[in-house]
Amino acid sequence: MPRLDRNGDTSVSIEFEGVAISAFEGDSVAAALLSNGYRNFRDTPVNGASRGAFCMMGVCFDCLVEINGIGNIQACMTEVRAGMHIRRQRGARDIHAQDGSL
Amino acid sequence: MKHPDAIVVGGGLVGAAIAYGLQRTGLSTLMLDEGDVALRASRGNFGLIWVQSKGINFPPYASWTWDSASLWPTLDAELRDLTGDVLDLHQPGGIEFCLSDDEIKKCRGDIRRLHAHAPQVAAEMLDHKALSKMLPGLGPDVVGGRYCRGDGHVNPLSLLRALHKGLLTKGGEIKSGSPVRSIRHQGGVFTVATNTEQHQSARLVLAAGLGTRDLAEMIGLDIPVRPIRGQNLVTEKLQPFLPFPCATIRQTGEGSVQIGASEEDVGFNDATTPRILNKMAARAVTIFPHLKQARIVRVWGALRIMSPDGYPIYAQSQRFPGAFAAVCHSGVTLAAVHTLKLAKAIAEGALPDAVSAMNPERFANAQT
Amino acid sequence: MKPNYDIAVIGAGPAGMAAAATAAGQGATVLLIDEQDTPGGQIYRSLSRQNLKDKAILGPEYYAGHKLIAELETSRVEYCPGTTVWQVSEEREIGISGNGAARLLTADQIIIATGAQERPFPVLGWTLPGVMGAGAAQVLLKTGGVTLPDAVFVGTGPLLYLVAHQYLRAGIPIKAILDTTPQGNTFRALAHLPKALADLPSLIKGRRWISQLRASGIAFIKHVGDVRCVGEDTVEAIEYWQSGQWNRIETQAVFLHQGVVPNVNLAMAAGCEHIWNNAQLCWHAKTDKWSQSSIPGISVTGDGAGINGAKSAEISGRIAALGALHRCDLIDTAARDRLAAPARRALAREVRIRPFLDALFRPSQNFRVPANDQTIVCRCEEVTAGAIREAVDLGCMGPNQLKSFTRCGMGPCQGRMCSLTATEIIAQSRNETVANIGAMRLRPPVKPLLLGELADLAIPPDEPNPKVG
Repeated sequence: MPRLDRNGDTSVSIEFEGVAISAFEGDSVAAALLSNGYRNFRDTPVNGASRGAFCMMGVCFDCLVEINGIGNIQACMTEVRAGMHIRRQRGARDIHAQDGSL
Repeated sequence: MKHPDAIVVGGGLVGAAIAYGLQRTGLSTLMLDEGDVALRASRGNFGLIWVQSKGINFPPYASWTWDSASLWPTLDAELRDLTGDVLDLHQPGGIEFCLSDDEIKKCRGDIRRLHAHAPQVAAEMLDHKALSKMLPGLGPDVVGGRYCRGDGHVNPLSLLRALHKGLLTKGGEIKSGSPVRSIRHQGGVFTVATNTEQHQSARLVLAAGLGTRDLAEMIGLDIPVRPIRGQNLVTEKLQPFLPFPCATIRQTGEGSVQIGASEEDVGFNDATTPRILNKMAARAVTIFPHLKQARIVRVWGALRIMSPDGYPIYAQSQRFPGAFAAVCHSGVTLAAVHTLKLAKAIAEGALPDAVSAMNPERFANAQT
Repeated sequence: MKPNYDIAVIGAGPAGMAAAATAAGQGATVLLIDEQDTPGGQIYRSLSRQNLKDKAILGPEYYAGHKLIAELETSRVEYCPGTTVWQVSEEREIGISGNGAARLLTADQIIIATGAQERPFPVLGWTLPGVMGAGAAQVLLKTGGVTLPDAVFVGTGPLLYLVAHQYLRAGIPIKAILDTTPQGNTFRALAHLPKALADLPSLIKGRRWISQLRASGIAFIKHVGDVRCVGEDTVEAIEYWQSGQWNRIETQAVFLHQGVVPNVNLAMAAGCEHIWNNAQLCWHAKTDKWSQSSIPGISVTGDGAGINGAKSAEISGRIAALGALHRCDLIDTAARDRLAAPARRALAREVRIRPFLDALFRPSQNFRVPANDQTIVCRCEEVTAGAIREAVDLGCMGPNQLKSFTRCGMGPCQGRMCSLTATEIIAQSRNETVANIGAMRLRPPVKPLLLGELADLAIPPDEPNPKVG
């Protein structure tokens, strides 16, 4: 998705589902994923339906992703950091799977 | 206007179980329930079907509880067939954790006393090693625990809904938003007045939780219940990790982890407080350290219906035959006996022998 | 951070920033807590690090926020960004969480300025990835200049046209604008027009956005009666009902909007009394002329106390601060009233247009109360409109019984996306007013809190009992 022209951005590299993508410092994870064309962020634990970012202000809890092994993180409320490993949240969070920190 | 065969006052777990139970015996039943905002213990409870700590010093309660846990699969199957609702009933046995030697000692003593009159409960103490095999992720500070294969859990909200639905499906009637203001008795008929309506029936069951005390006075019964607050918290949905219901922690069918079991005597205040929640959370993460990372989604306080000795009260009026009262704080555990045994007996005109020791006169005796 | 402040302000949008700066300017110890990393709220979001080359895209109203941010930055306010407030108690004990740790503190006066959120827009398929709020689209513009080209904008209300106009200014193609403003609104709004004419510049600005959007060649379809978003795992198209038939537009992005409503969760969980505002179709805190809620010492100001927009929020924040300062005995009655007088005059000017806007952009009943039983109302627990109506048939009288019968409102958003809709469905099904049905009861924590944070919470030795304001 196109970005509007900006002054002095610092680009960072992150990973989504194992694919390296680029983002900019100050981006929320949600903005970074959307700007790379990813809309589907997770499957719900209730019916397995696909969901993505909706409110972009921390209200709806629909943009949940797994970051560095920690599940159910609000992508719209989390800023990207270089080297972040982001995955889709698949159903309910697996709390044993965590292997790192933000 | 045709009168219902029975009126049940109270649409919580006790009232709904009895109302549904009466209707299924063929009595046309009207259940009067309060509105959207009420002191509803049934919306705030924990969902355990719990045997191992019940009636340690009171054999009739222990056996009444055991009966109910044994009848639960029958109730579950019946409600599922009737309503299509799934209650998430699981009775794999349950655990109460001990975090100190003192707690171990107390649990051990309780088992001894319970087994003296209720050996069928067959509770046993397990050490840390044995528990760890059953529960991956158990914290190192859990010294041991008490296990009882008769314990289980269920979704209490689904149960409440299924009882309401079952009552309606069987042809009963529910009137919500109908708090009872007065009860009169004349010529063998009870007249129950709400703010807007009057209902009449020859049979009346008061099962209105904490509201029962005032209602019972209207028919000359003394039901001395008071509120004991319990605070609960629930986490986000997690992948299944806890295969057994435990006394203060259980994982629900949806995946949430429910943490509960505080007890406070604070009157009719159902607020939550960081001070109590902090203690509950600390105990929970001692038992399962990985839960430190779990997000809390909801917290609530609810008021248990507590009698002076903590056991249920079942009453039938001598002055006004046909009037009954039933209150307890174990509406989930006892739902099966309330539906399948208590209601049947009430329909036949008298309380069952099994509950005769749980009469309100026991408190009057205690005072004299 | 201290264990106690004279005044704690929650939310660093226009109301919160103004309240905090005003209070600190009169010598109060002030803590300003905000969940974002930079001040500004949603309206001035990311302003302090905004680097879009073309300032015309977000427009002068956005950059005007620099003045307020500068006032905050030069004040003595202790500003605490990146921190959530998960509880405010009646005893004015505040639970906060930041950097993975939670703590409790108290304040003699608390000013809740948690702003607004977009009104839920429950239509078929609104949960599909690619369907977002128009406000969300604007957040993307403000943070990193992210755009979704060829989107379809759907709904009604100033923000919808503003964001579409910002897309137009930025040269980002828009596939269509589906306007759901009910036909009768214009007529009903006319009664409020004379008063609104006093704010002619705003009226002209709004008209200009719409006429420029229509002149730009974007398909601008009015009087849309129903919409549904369709697609497998992401949105692929939007279908809309107009002139007696369904029409289809292929698109990968849909921006929904039908106004904003107060963000009430924190104030409601604190126990502040709320009232139903039938002109704005929302709950908001009941406040006195100094923004104090039903709980002494707790104020609710800005859009959280009723939608009036950013400029009004700023002024209301100052008035709330003066009230709080007075209750802290930091200013006397004469000083309070003298300082508030110009603010009150400015506020009176600002709100003149509001009844007109409320009437003109009042979302229609069928977009608030979905007729189609399949429509998801509670996004978290995936509860449909049909399931809610079924629960009403079982005897549910309000959103609290509904919650226990259907799980509607039990998920992580804590009812923010469903409680208004659910309550309106119940009201319609029971033929009752929303005010009589009542609100969903909310409890702390109103923001995510880790079990570990709660377990490690340092409990102050005393029960909270700060002096009564």
